[in-house]
Amino acid sequence: MTQGCAAPAQTAHLPATVDLANEAVIQGTVTREGNPVSSAYARLLDSTGEFTAEVVTGDEGVFRFFAADGDWTVRVLAAGGVSVDSSVTAKVGEVAALEVAI
Amino acid sequence: MSRSDVLVDAAWVEAHLDDPGLVLVEVDEDVSAYDKGHIRGAVKIDWKTELQDPVRRDFVDRTGFEQLLSGKGIANDDLVILYGGNNNWFAAYAYWYFKLYGHGNVKLLDGGRKKWELDSRELVTDVPSRPATDYKAQEQDLSIRAFREEVVDAIGSQNLIDVRSPDEFSGKLLAPAHLPQEQAQRAGHVPTARSIPWSKAANDDGTFKSDEELRKLYSEAGVDLNKSTIAYCRIGERSSHTWFALRELLGLPDVKNYDGSWTEYGSLVGVPIELGEPK
Repeated sequence: MTQGCAAPAQTAHLPATVDLANEAVIQGTVTREGNPVSSAYARLLDSTGEFTAEVVTGDEGVFRFFAADGDWTVRVLAAGGVSVDSSVTAKVGEVAALEVAI
Repeated sequence: MSRSDVLVDAAWVEAHLDDPGLVLVEVDEDVSAYDKGHIRGAVKIDWKTELQDPVRRDFVDRTGFEQLLSGKGIANDDLVILYGGNNNWFAAYAYWYFKLYGHGNVKLLDGGRKKWELDSRELVTDVPSRPATDYKAQEQDLSIRAFREEVVDAIGSQNLIDVRSPDEFSGKLLAPAHLPQEQAQRAGHVPTARSIPWSKAANDDGTFKSDEELRKLYSEAGVDLNKSTIAYCRIGERSSHTWFALRELLGLPDVKNYDGSWTEYGSLVGVPIELGEPK
């Protein structure tokens, strides 16, 4: 069956099926007062600010994207009108890690 | 047709949750979201296991759709309100699918699950039980579904709208960036397609932009609103979102969703493909 478009589970560990050598991973954790925030929305915007992808953070507050080489912005939305932008540079073969405090 | 005939907002849904003859349906590919919490009274439809044929790459057939809706307790004259995650992609897909099989009264919850959550509205885990119905579906309405030959024929003559992200359009990515990228197919886009990502039709909170904003968006991107239009993405759900904006919100008469989309087109032998930035 064709793989769908829903995001895989947002877990802290990279899924075993993913070969990091071929992926430019951007991942991070959303926290509020040091505690992970689940059900926040992380949006990946490209270098022109255009929307590229969105995931909902998992129980550990984790989000993950499989991007491409270059500069990206992660925008985190949460209840209460929260919207926080973070800049990040991705590179194939590496995990670019972010901590987003809201 | 007006916007309120096809779209309702979260406050309206909250006020009408207990209306007789109204069925809320959450549609997702990953239904664990529903299991953790959903709008009170909502039933779930699993996009992958319930709407797709388990063997062939196609939808469940007419009989399968009748059985599905009967089992969910949805009657022909019910008002069905669809919502889901992923900015309503799968709900928009299901909306198109309900229209394809001729359901009369179906609407989308504007902003879907995201807007509902960002508003901190109530989610429950109780699963409703609805008595089974005897649902009757129509033959597929092929005036809203495009197949591959029509897409090739539309090159240079009709509006083709590629609603994937700019990097998928150019060939830099093969899938949305929340998915691993390895796939056996060619990258790029259908020649003459305009790149108008689905996300341009939506606000950050997942709600649709106004009719005026939508009309301006598509006109300025080079879509001739008087011509026939085919929208596609990777597997047909993001393009259902754009199909909804064009046909249901703006009321364009001839808009089709190409559900085969890039996973079919990019694997066809011999069809033209273009790479690179929008021209």
